Amino acid sequence: MNLKELYQEIILDHGKNPRNLRKTENFNRDARGYNPLCGDKVHVFLKLDENKKIKDISFEGSGCAISMASASIMTDLVKEKDEKDIKELTKDFLNMIKEKPDISTKTLSENDKTKLMSLSGVKQYPMRVKCATLAWHTLKSAITNSQEEINTEKFD
Amino acid sequence: MNIDNIKKEFPIFSKKIHNNDLVYLDSANSSQKPQSVIDRIYDFYSNEFSNVGRSVHYLAVKATNLYEDTRVSVQKYLNAKDNKEIVFTKGATEAINLVANTFGQKYLKEGDEILITELEHHSNYVPWHYLRKNRGIKIQFAEVNDEGEITIESIEKKITKKTKIIAVTHLSNVTGAILPIKEITELAHSKGIPILVDGCQSAPHLKLDMQDLNCDFYTISCHKMYGPTGLGILYAKKKWLEELPPYQGGGGMIKEVKKEEITYGDLPNKYEAGTMATAQVIAFNESINFLNKIGIDNIAKHEKELMDYGMEVLRKNNSVRLIGNPKKKGAVLSFTIDGIHPHDIATILDEDGVAIRAGHHCCQILHEKLGLNATARASLGVYNTKEDLDKLNEAINKCKKIFDTK
Repeated sequence: MNLKELYQEIILDHGKNPRNLRKTENFNRDARGYNPLCGDKVHVFLKLDENKKIKDISFEGSGCAISMASASIMTDLVKEKDEKDIKELTKDFLNMIKEKPDISTKTLSENDKTKLMSLSGVKQYPMRVKCATLAWHTLKSAITNSQEEINTEKFD
Repeated sequence: MNIDNIKKEFPIFSKKIHNNDLVYLDSANSSQKPQSVIDRIYDFYSNEFSNVGRSVHYLAVKATNLYEDTRVSVQKYLNAKDNKEIVFTKGATEAINLVANTFGQKYLKEGDEILITELEHHSNYVPWHYLRKNRGIKIQFAEVNDEGEITIESIEKKITKKTKIIAVTHLSNVTGAILPIKEITELAHSKGIPILVDGCQSAPHLKLDMQDLNCDFYTISCHKMYGPTGLGILYAKKKWLEELPPYQGGGGMIKEVKKEEITYGDLPNKYEAGTMATAQVIAFNESINFLNKIGIDNIAKHEKELMDYGMEVLRKNNSVRLIGNPKKKGAVLSFTIDGIHPHDIATILDEDGVAIRAGHHCCQILHEKLGLNATARASLGVYNTKEDLDKLNEAINKCKKIFDTK
């Protein structure tokens, strides 16, 4: 257990001043996510172009520092990425947050990778993993247009 | 009353949590267990085990007597008129479901109203909601005021000619408000309405007297009373248990079973279908002994002192906001800290061995009213000390430091 690893500067910064906390004008995809255990909510809005590349992403919601930071960092990283890259990145992130030591994707800059890895301290706090994954599951739902409200209780 | 000695009766306090002494401030969720209760479970399974109420052999008779001894202890603890008014259930939740289900079956029809309050725990709302879904009854909510209280006036305002039952908490698990149950019961009875009281939070902290309160139903959670999990109690006036239909069917609750007809057993067997949580019931007698040995009045006095101290300490702490300020308040301190989410507070406090709860505490209706998604809650038990509350405050300061708030 290491609180410093959990509440790193990057997380505290993104938690307090979440980036892209707004609603994209003319969004063409969106999805809602909910964590019934703690009441955290997130609503992700996407504007995809004809090649399914993200031109804009934003979110609305409320929650703890971990869930807000995770949503903020996520929206920062995925702009200009296409559906395929995002699916791969999501899978990669979810694996890292649960067990894998690192993320393997080549589509991120070193700087972005550092930002994302700032969430890795959550691993040691099993009760908080769902805070970190909520936004990512919701992004996946938005991009696949599944029209399904994400409920973190449905995931491992 | 020597808290150090009382604390020594609880083996959990000899354990270290993240290398720190345990500061347990989550007793409203579930209390810790004294050695006597733990030993009783072990001892019963080791030396005295048998099923109850069925066989005639030595162990069965012994176990049955022990099981019924607890019923008598509970009757005395609650000052109920008759031990047949005490029904064991798997929890307070089941006790409320039992009443909602059987009362609903027998007395409620479309358009009838049930009056609850905005303070209720989900366990005193959701069981009634089933009746709304299945029978078309309406649920009215008495409104909580700015202090987090339910007044007699707020109840009176929502009573109509269609109100068929009132179901209220005795002590709020979020604001700590103690409701004027005796007055609410008098009001209800003056209009011919029965009343159920959710006593989960009051039973471990307040002196209870069923004959004085005069309510129709009272539900209790044993694991919040230094007792085992998997056990609750329904107190109900005998006339209700006689009038209402059985809840679950099965062995032990019948008188005679024929192909054409079944007759049900006498009280309280009618409501105790199947093999019950025998070891828990027997061990719960030790919980009552523990409470009686210290004395509920002493416990209440100790917890009141602690709570006043805790409120004073937290009020002095900038950016901590206490939730609710009821005139009559039980040992619950719910709070928020500006700019820090309750879940982050709980994680940071845990690192120092300070165990609190964060979330909506199964009271989403109340949190919606408060305009909050979640709160942090420190709740007290007989084993807590002023030092625990100082440690809570120190840990809160650590939170503020991490989040850089003033």
